[in-house]
Amino acid sequence: MKVSFTLNGNATSVEAPPDMPLLWVLREKLEMTGTKFGCGIAACGACTVHIDGVATRTCVMPVAVVDGAEIKTIEGIAPAPGELSAVQTAWLEHQAPQCGYCQSGMIMAAEALLDENPDPSDDDIDNAVTNICRCGTYERVRTAIHAAARARREG
Amino acid sequence: MSNETKKQSSNIATIARRTFLVSAGVVGGGVALGLALSPNRLKIHRDDVASGNEVILNTWVKLTPDNKLTVIIPHSEMGQGVGTGLAQMLAEEMEADWDTVAIEQAPATDEYVNSDLGRGYIVGEGAKIPRFVYPMLDFTFLQLAKGMVGQITGGSTAIRLTGYHGMRRAGAAAREMLMHAAAKEWDVPMHSLRAEASVLHHDASGRSAPFGAFAAAAAAFTPNLKPALKTPDQYKIVGTAKPRLDLPEKVTGEAQFGMDVIVPGMKYAAIAQAPKFGARAVSVKDPDNAAVQAAVQIVNLEDAVVVVADSYWTASNALNQLDIKWEGGDETLASDTLRATHNAHLEETRHEEIMDKAGDATTLLQSADAISVEYAVPYLAHATMEPMNCTASVRNGKCDIWVGHQNPIAARDSAADVLGLKKSDVTVHNAYLGGGFGRRAKVDNVVQAARVAVAVGAPVKLIWSREQDMTNDFYRPAVVSRMRGLVEDGNISAMSHAYVYADAGMPDSERPFAFQYDVANKHIARHPYPSPIPVGSWRSVDFTQMGFFNESFVDELAHKAGADPLAFRYAHKSDPRHRAVLEQLADEASWGRPETPGAHQGIAIVDSFESIVGQVAEITIEDDKRVRIHRLTSVVDCGQVINPNAAEAQIHSSVIFALSAVFFGEITLKNGEVVQQNFPDYDMIRLHNAPKQQVRFVNSGHAPGGLGEPGTPPVAPALTNAIFAATGTRIRELPLTRAGFRSV
Repeated sequence: MKVSFTLNGNATSVEAPPDMPLLWVLREKLEMTGTKFGCGIAACGACTVHIDGVATRTCVMPVAVVDGAEIKTIEGIAPAPGELSAVQTAWLEHQAPQCGYCQSGMIMAAEALLDENPDPSDDDIDNAVTNICRCGTYERVRTAIHAAARARREG
Repeated sequence: MSNETKKQSSNIATIARRTFLVSAGVVGGGVALGLALSPNRLKIHRDDVASGNEVILNTWVKLTPDNKLTVIIPHSEMGQGVGTGLAQMLAEEMEADWDTVAIEQAPATDEYVNSDLGRGYIVGEGAKIPRFVYPMLDFTFLQLAKGMVGQITGGSTAIRLTGYHGMRRAGAAAREMLMHAAAKEWDVPMHSLRAEASVLHHDASGRSAPFGAFAAAAAAFTPNLKPALKTPDQYKIVGTAKPRLDLPEKVTGEAQFGMDVIVPGMKYAAIAQAPKFGARAVSVKDPDNAAVQAAVQIVNLEDAVVVVADSYWTASNALNQLDIKWEGGDETLASDTLRATHNAHLEETRHEEIMDKAGDATTLLQSADAISVEYAVPYLAHATMEPMNCTASVRNGKCDIWVGHQNPIAARDSAADVLGLKKSDVTVHNAYLGGGFGRRAKVDNVVQAARVAVAVGAPVKLIWSREQDMTNDFYRPAVVSRMRGLVEDGNISAMSHAYVYADAGMPDSERPFAFQYDVANKHIARHPYPSPIPVGSWRSVDFTQMGFFNESFVDELAHKAGADPLAFRYAHKSDPRHRAVLEQLADEASWGRPETPGAHQGIAIVDSFESIVGQVAEITIEDDKRVRIHRLTSVVDCGQVINPNAAEAQIHSSVIFALSAVFFGEITLKNGEVVQQNFPDYDMIRLHNAPKQQVRFVNSGHAPGGLGEPGTPPVAPALTNAIFAATGTRIRELPLTRAGFRSV
């Protein structure tokens, strides 16, 4: 079927089986590989994008469901090409990534949290960001989220 | 001459002799022969690594006339920041301006092997060789003799071997070449020149010019294999927290992992490997023909069935619909029977290989006061965030492989072997690794992708599902251990250790089995028992099991002696570096004075890969035996720290990696198959249960040790020793769920 949505601000149409997960549509049909495959059962969060502003794990999300939706991926999270979002900036400032594979999903989860809660506590972060990172970047991810929250509030 | 020095000299002679023998013995070994004979490693390179106006100064350094410096990195980036660290070491000796430095992945070709780096320079200089290196050199020679060369990232060797022996010299040699060129052009003595921040100065005449101005002229000089090197007090780049060069593209989604490669005309493949190890697919049926219609092709690799389609999801769905009949494999294989077999094997001394022996432990341990305990740890999966994958294209007798690999040269060779191609006809494009931890040193995925690409006549990206990844690993071996010990007058008078051993690939020279305490009578023996399922290196390899056994047992002995666990360890250590780590750890962790009221502490210290890591876990036990870690303190002596920020990250990472294993990690077997499939039944530490970490480095003044792995081994025993302190329950089996403990 033909599915249409707004992707990172651009009207996008794609031909895909209706039950194909959005993850694979993004990665294979649209060749946007920043969103990652990790587990296939929405357990790890590597495939997180924003659907109508909500952090969503896309490896089990049929593409038909997002028809008409507004989708934002890691490729579209920066305010403008060549710039970085406050979260991305904080991520670099605190040298959060290691292998980097889970970080797109981690950043998208953090962005959604801060959109909803501009000053999250540690518990808020724990509850909202449940992504798995095998490199164990958690300590710096937490620090970076707090730093990004500050930057956004003061920004 | 001291005995130690004599011993080293004679070993150097042996190595030198063997170099000649091996070199002479390899007939038709091509480049391998050239490498072994070459007096100058730094002259070997490929012209095609230079593009545009780049000039190759030596193997690892390119420079442009407009002063841009590129360091060629013969290691894989899998999260550790290796490129940045190696570039810092090179740039330091070159006196380069860090802002001009870029890094580039070395080609996966024989010119850029890293396995000879330590050897080449050490033998060349004839200087003091660390004792641990000897057997490693032997190992390298062995590999060379077999005609094998490697570009291996593993064993925590990048900084301590490639960096310390290779990159520093490459940088200093490049600087000398530039100074030669400037001295000639300006007609001044070389010693009157000064290099600083990528500029050469002749102070007497006030002349100066950037490095780049001499790039072309410098390349004509021969790189000096024994250039003068700086002393650590002169360092400006090494020892500073330079931001990692690979991170900007890791926050924008632009970083290319093996999984992200897109090749024109590429198909996607899903795979079902034999559920029982060693089984074969004897028939593949498509019950309602739907899968065949949707799928481009079904490829039976015998030990696996692959479906190729125009998308991974289509291929995966079609694969799930297939009716595959498997034959073979051992249906009786199960964790409980394997454990019983291990236990029985451990009792039979005829199997034992003695690894370390002193005095007469066996007699002393017959004392009624001796304690005897059994430990056991399970198989573990690597579960890298990026499931295994590989993209292959085979056309016109040439093969291209895109993969994130810990040994891209082994990947190249494996593809050449299976396809019957020359190695030079296979090109491996090494991408970022979405985690390695030892798993990505294996070539199973590469061989599969190459075979499938040939079978379907098109480029293919093979993707393993998480379930395939978890059930087809090369697992950290399960080990059963028996430890005995005798405490007399507050001291360990004798100890013994017997353990079942499955070879995971670690050289004995690393001495993972060593009981790292001063004990006059000891008997350490392994009982080899090959694993019935594939095993391999898992972050810190045999140190993970041995660290748990030894550091739990020494805690038991301390308890038996009625001694403080830290003081007891200290009293049994004479190595000043170990003692210094314990002293600083006592202070940093406020040992005996927990920060959190009512908390309990546990300690462990393990020396691995030439680095010493001591850790204290501070915990409380909450309702339902839930373990809360309030603080985990690591004190690390890894010698010279190259990049404090990246170094701290490696300890953070090692701790979390180990904690996931302690709390959740267990691969079990039932009816010949791996039970665990995905993260719900092989769970991981996440933000909510990741403890606050405190990491401190000891400034010991020693040469750099490894750091990717040494933070892992002490974590489990530090935590279980804390649980003992808190509850009196001694954890002798992992994971903690065996004893009913769980994470908060």
